[in-house]
Amino acid sequence: MEPTARYKLRENFHQAKWDEPIIFELHTPGERGVLVPEAEPEVVATVGDGLSALPDNMIRKQPPALPEISQMRVLKHYLRLSQQCLGADLNIDIGQGTCTVKYNPKINKMLSASAKVTELHPWQDPSTTQGAMEIMYRLDSFLQEISGMSRFSLQPSSGSAAILIMAYIVEAYHRSRGEADQRDEIITTIFSHPSDAAAAAVKGYKVITLYPAKNGLVKVEALKAAVSNRTAALFITNPEDTGIFNPQIREFTDIIHKAGGLCGYDQANTNGILGITRAREAGFDMCFFNLHKTFSAPHGCGGPASGAVGVVDNLIDFLPVPIVGFDGKEYFLDYDLPQTIGKTRGFYGVFPAIIRAYAWIMSLGAAGLKETAQIAVLNNNYLLENIRKIRGAASPYSAGKHRIEQVRYSWEQLTEDTGVTTEDVTRRMADFGFHLWSSHHPFVVPQPFTIEPTESYSKDELDEYLAGLRKVVQEAYDNPEKVKNAPYNSVVHKIDHSTLDDPEKWAITWRAYLKKHRKSDRQD
Amino acid sequence: MKKQSDFVHPYIPNSVPAVKARMMKEIGIKSIEELYEDIPEPLRLGRELNLPNALGSECELKRHVEGILAKNRACNEMISFLGGGCWGHYVPAVCDEINQRSEFLTAYAGEPYEDHGRFQTLFEYESLMAELLEVDVVNVPTFDWCQAASTSLRMAERITGRGEVLVIDTIGPDRLWAVKNYCLPNVKVTLVRHCPDTGRMDLDDLKAKLSPEVAGVYFENPSFLGFIEDQGQVISRMAHANGTLSIVGVDPISLGVMIPPSRYGADIVCGDIQPLGIHMNYGGALAGFIGTRDEEKFVMEFPSRLFGITKTCVEGEYGFGDVAYDRTSFGVREKGKEFVGTAAALWGITAAVYLSLMGSKGMRDLGQHVLQKAQYAMKKLSAVKGVKAPRFAAAHFKEFVVDFNDTGKSVAQINKMLLDRGIFGGKDLSGDFAELGQSALYCVTETHTQQDIDQLVRVLCECL
Repeated sequence: MEPTARYKLRENFHQAKWDEPIIFELHTPGERGVLVPEAEPEVVATVGDGLSALPDNMIRKQPPALPEISQMRVLKHYLRLSQQCLGADLNIDIGQGTCTVKYNPKINKMLSASAKVTELHPWQDPSTTQGAMEIMYRLDSFLQEISGMSRFSLQPSSGSAAILIMAYIVEAYHRSRGEADQRDEIITTIFSHPSDAAAAAVKGYKVITLYPAKNGLVKVEALKAAVSNRTAALFITNPEDTGIFNPQIREFTDIIHKAGGLCGYDQANTNGILGITRAREAGFDMCFFNLHKTFSAPHGCGGPASGAVGVVDNLIDFLPVPIVGFDGKEYFLDYDLPQTIGKTRGFYGVFPAIIRAYAWIMSLGAAGLKETAQIAVLNNNYLLENIRKIRGAASPYSAGKHRIEQVRYSWEQLTEDTGVTTEDVTRRMADFGFHLWSSHHPFVVPQPFTIEPTESYSKDELDEYLAGLRKVVQEAYDNPEKVKNAPYNSVVHKIDHSTLDDPEKWAITWRAYLKKHRKSDRQD
Repeated sequence: MKKQSDFVHPYIPNSVPAVKARMMKEIGIKSIEELYEDIPEPLRLGRELNLPNALGSECELKRHVEGILAKNRACNEMISFLGGGCWGHYVPAVCDEINQRSEFLTAYAGEPYEDHGRFQTLFEYESLMAELLEVDVVNVPTFDWCQAASTSLRMAERITGRGEVLVIDTIGPDRLWAVKNYCLPNVKVTLVRHCPDTGRMDLDDLKAKLSPEVAGVYFENPSFLGFIEDQGQVISRMAHANGTLSIVGVDPISLGVMIPPSRYGADIVCGDIQPLGIHMNYGGALAGFIGTRDEEKFVMEFPSRLFGITKTCVEGEYGFGDVAYDRTSFGVREKGKEFVGTAAALWGITAAVYLSLMGSKGMRDLGQHVLQKAQYAMKKLSAVKGVKAPRFAAAHFKEFVVDFNDTGKSVAQINKMLLDRGIFGGKDLSGDFAELGQSALYCVTETHTQQDIDQLVRVLCECL
């Protein structure tokens, strides 16, 4: 069969718009959404109403003001709200660079929804959780091979939590050598994720942020100037959020090591280098992956996230506990790490994401992982080639060279020419069924946007997205007001943000909204 | 094994050789290798990863993973009395229906236009929790109770400008470890003793430790060991008199029948929403909440996203957005409050569905049933020779300590016997709470039938 119709910009798109009330507005006194079983007569005969056993001052006499709504209406409400979201299953979700929004295979969802997963309790006898631990142990071994690290903990609640764990390990490591007080600085770069700076600061570190030279990369000299006997560690992404791979990364890690520091690799941006290059060869002591990005667990509207932090041999003893061990016959939860930093969250990790990551790797194998990386990079450079040609758009830094898995672009020229900003473009893109994100702050690249196509989207889909960008840019030059006042075909219209930064007006809950904005029609 | 060039995987559309070739031509490259020009040779792996053979067909993959998972024996195949940070409450079908929706499951960080539904649902989550907690501000969920408690304490540090926190010594052991990791070295963590008989906080010890340096005092209700701390009002008053904040970790599912901590003076409340419609998932489906009053000095210290309601340019249309975004690390990196990132939003959505289904009547019915069942279980267990339940002379909600010291057997031995008879006994406390000797933490919820409890008692009578 010959290829037929190609892409088409969805000029007639309109997102679902249900004009759905707030859940409290659906309250009908007496309606029930679910019923709870009643205690058996013999139980009641034995203990009475149960409530009387509570101290009188602990009994809630005024019930919580939760709405009362019948089951189908609750279902309908949340289904309608769900339709007012554009997940990766619906849109060409390449506009959220740094976040690796790829396909989350349905089979993996099915597997993680098995009662053999969902109904497991973490304190069960280990003889009854052998399957769970086997998957964790095997995923650990896969990640070891992918990174070259020696052991992984799957405990991190997210990528940011993994950064925090790296900071804990850095602190414990230097403490074990009597240098914790002296080594109080962590170095990072402005194109590493905000949490590389922020989570390090939580642990009390002074953060030194290095800025790039003209080629988009931090100069070796700048790093050397920042390093001293106060250096505890370097936390860095590579490729950085610009999609540029730092070819001098080994020099960076050597410089840090020579100064007595540790090197922690933020591998949130790893999708384009799977099977190509690894943390070990670049000289890192630690790294982490985001199972909800690279390894296909879904983003879930902003979590559950899941991280995996790996270390080289001499840091294994510092990992959070427990890790999963295997004695040749049985899997077990291993708490026996003499210098462990201990716990950072409840239990062992985000198990549903662990199942999905395991299944994803098993589906692809070594050749598939490499193909994932190569196609992600091919897709990215295909977009780069085309976006560079769009009037008003640019890809600062590294001119004439290729990028890895994403690019941080700029609308600076467009803004200068038309007054249309990156925020305006993101809003207008929604009218064609697209999501486009600006970028992490601060906007070192003016009027930024970051696109990461991953391996999941077809050429036709990439072309459709490009057509969207071209269309909005054309409008910006022809009729900038149209773009500035967008969206028109999304769920809602241009939002008034002024109340959200004003303590007198912001309303983070419905009850606060009623108090501040609807004093007159509040019914108590 | 297929050659790399023939590799076409269902998850990778552009792995089709003809498409790949077309794209390469447009970029002007002969080989994909050229795209990696920045990666120096010494850093190249230069070999294929050593991973198991791929199971590219869904059929094989499913068989393989299910084969491993089949080795698990889950709580629905047993009678389980495990709790202690992860609890087996009933999950209404609508909760799973909603959180498995592609639209929610695969959305991420869209703008409040194309992701209006995400913003509204999480705003509703904040609002429903706020009613349960009787506070005016609740965050978009953080990772879990460990994180919620840790952040609550660091918020107290910043609000008061003080460098020490007091924490009740019956706090969940893992939670204490996580809190210490998060607070040290900036904030000193000091434990306050409990009374050995009742479990209540030792107020003399609290008084002695309430120095001018203390930012917050933290306790839990019900406590990790199940008993109810009924001195909340006194503790909060003592804290406030010292310029210290009162911080309470609470099980939200208890709040249909128990008064919320804000009513006994708590300034910050926190906990986990896993009980609210979320399966146990081996402890891998936790999500933390933090609630406060609607005061600028509290709101501005949250590290989390806070979704607020506002208006749009169209009359009568609700819009949503981030409140005070510039306090977050997304806004200002390490100058922000702690850090924020992807956390546990889908569980917030699930809890919103749960609370909408339950309503106030459902929460009350559930709370009452749990109280009755737990009291029934304690009463029946106490009738077993050598067994005492509860260990602490106090009221309890769904968890309680069972004292097996007089049975002459260890909890490990008892749990082994129970396991052989299809029962997961309570969590062994002999390691973390050595002073309790051979004791176990039992959890009873609305999912237990009278028969389940009678079965436990029968088996214990046989074995002991």
